Amino acid sequence: MVNEVLFWTVALLTVIPSLALIFAKRPVHIAMSIVLVMVGLAAAYVGMGAPFLGMVQIVVYTGAVMMMFLFVLMLVGVDNAEDLRETIKGQKWIAFAAAGGLAILLIAVIGDATIEPRTGDVVGNPEEIAMVLFSEYVLVMEVLGFLLITAAVGALVLTHVPRLTPRRTQVELQAARVAAGADPVNKPMPGVYARHNALDVPALDPEGNPIEDSVSRVLEVRHQTQDGAEFRAQLEDTDNPDHEARPHGAPSRDSDTRNTREGEEPK
Amino acid sequence: MTAMSFVYLAAILFAIGAAAVLLRRNAIVAFMGVELMLNAANLALVAFAHMYAELDGQIMAFFVLVVAAAEVVVGLAIIIALFRARQTISLDEPAELKG
Repeated sequence: MVNEVLFWTVALLTVIPSLALIFAKRPVHIAMSIVLVMVGLAAAYVGMGAPFLGMVQIVVYTGAVMMMFLFVLMLVGVDNAEDLRETIKGQKWIAFAAAGGLAILLIAVIGDATIEPRTGDVVGNPEEIAMVLFSEYVLVMEVLGFLLITAAVGALVLTHVPRLTPRRTQVELQAARVAAGADPVNKPMPGVYARHNALDVPALDPEGNPIEDSVSRVLEVRHQTQDGAEFRAQLEDTDNPDHEARPHGAPSRDSDTRNTREGEEPK
Repeated sequence: MTAMSFVYLAAILFAIGAAAVLLRRNAIVAFMGVELMLNAANLALVAFAHMYAELDGQIMAFFVLVVAAAEVVVGLAIIIALFRARQTISLDEPAELKG
């Protein structure tokens, strides 16, 4: 005899999330639904006198197997959209018919079977399980050990990628870069005019021409660079005796607001 | 209500898993369908163990669990190897597996 409330709880907790396997779009949602199914099955095991198996179910399935599924999903890429083109015409309906037929067949067979339930209550706690496992089934237990080791080694072999070329050292990488025409020294720093936060102003070479490479490429892409002309003009202004000299180091107001993009509020 | 109702539940879960294997193109999702089928078989085994008041059904379920764990390890390794080779895990792609 089993508790009726337990049965319906387990039935709802397993059948509804498992339908996600067929209807849900995102693989991560499916994996989490299957986790729920596993927990429901564990509850069923505990309710049917198999507490050890219920615990193993939670540890092995929800803890290890489904988390490994999630790892692989993340590794492969969650956004890997499923291809919904049908290579076999009407495969969807054939599959539904086959699965439905299987369900009907199984239920018919189960309904037809006659069983004589024995009375008596047996509880599969770890002690009882161990007594049976290590007396009657000890050989199977050993074979399962082999199986697990083989599976672990097999996974290692399958996912191992041999290195085809020797690893390149840093010296070799540097030599290759120079040979390809890269500048062997650092790029010059930006910002010759110390009037504001001058990462957006190119440095000047000894002849006074701006060096375009000295400004970060990101700023160029965002059109946030300046050519430094207005700063040069200001410097020349302060050199001019007619002009009232600004206090040294005081930032000029318009040069600070000028470098924000148009339409963008200065923070 | 006897434990037989759990066997019916197992049959339904098995059919859902089979439908997922037949329908889905994503290898990982199809693989989850296989897992659901294994678990449905486990549920039936535990239900029978409960009906007959014997531990052997539970032991069998335990073995199925261990074999399923080993199978998942190898299966996911194959999926990763497949993904590395052709950047997809769609089951329609590896057409050269055809005999």
